[in-house]
Amino acid sequence: MKDAKSQAKNAPPGRQGGLNAEIQARIGHQLRAMYDDVVRQGVPDRFADLVRKLDAPTAAHQISDEGESGPTGEGDANDPKDGRD
Amino acid sequence: MPLTNALRDDILAAVPSLRAFAISLSGNGDRADDLVQETLLRALANIDSFQPGSNLPAWLFTILRNLFRSDYRKRRREVEDAEGNYAKTLKTQPSQGAHLEFEEFRVALEKLPQDQREALILVGASGFSYEDAATICGCAVGTIKSRVNRARSKLAALLYVDGAEDFGPDETVRAVIGGNG
Repeated sequence: MKDAKSQAKNAPPGRQGGLNAEIQARIGHQLRAMYDDVVRQGVPDRFADLVRKLDAPTAAHQISDEGESGPTGEGDANDPKDGRD
Repeated sequence: MPLTNALRDDILAAVPSLRAFAISLSGNGDRADDLVQETLLRALANIDSFQPGSNLPAWLFTILRNLFRSDYRKRRREVEDAEGNYAKTLKTQPSQGAHLEFEEFRVALEKLPQDQREALILVGASGFSYEDAATICGCAVGTIKSRVNRARSKLAALLYVDGAEDFGPDETVRAVIGGNG
């Protein structure tokens, strides 16, 4: 942190709107470190149980969950375009 | 597609990064895990609408992001009491110096507008392409690019601005926001 701050002070201004490459790299590193810290915790049991045990609605009336393919629903609530912007 | 065991495994494999994304969005470990649970339930219930061969993590992230958005709108009044909650989700405590730096970064991240924060996380941490991030957020690729750029600039200003150590965090943020519009 101190290093980056002093580097920022000494760094040339650079192109407008651009960022010091050193600072960009540092932000990227910290972002991933924070994120990966959670990723490394793996899959909590509650989620492993939930995904393994829960049947999909169509699987309920099938003999096995690897059986014939069910109907393909489209345009539901999970459509990516559903997001507000 | 039908819920095969292979698909269940693929969904499970996405859980760690779904949690990381949820925590980055909400800043709260408990709420993040509720979000992940809701995402998994919804994904399993709508698994027929998942197109085989398409990007499963992106599909799951889209569900989680939309859930967070609707949840966020409902809870807008609740001021985040995220301080400390995030640390509780961490099993390993970083060393003292690293921890301070980590905290400072996390606090700065939370100062970003939500649009910019999620774009930065999707591209910079989750490793999605700009195209996938645009699909997840339901916006244009160019919009994602500009959000990521603005997020990076703002973080740089918050964390590495000249003389930042002379101000308390709140003054710094106000100065930066005021200065850069």
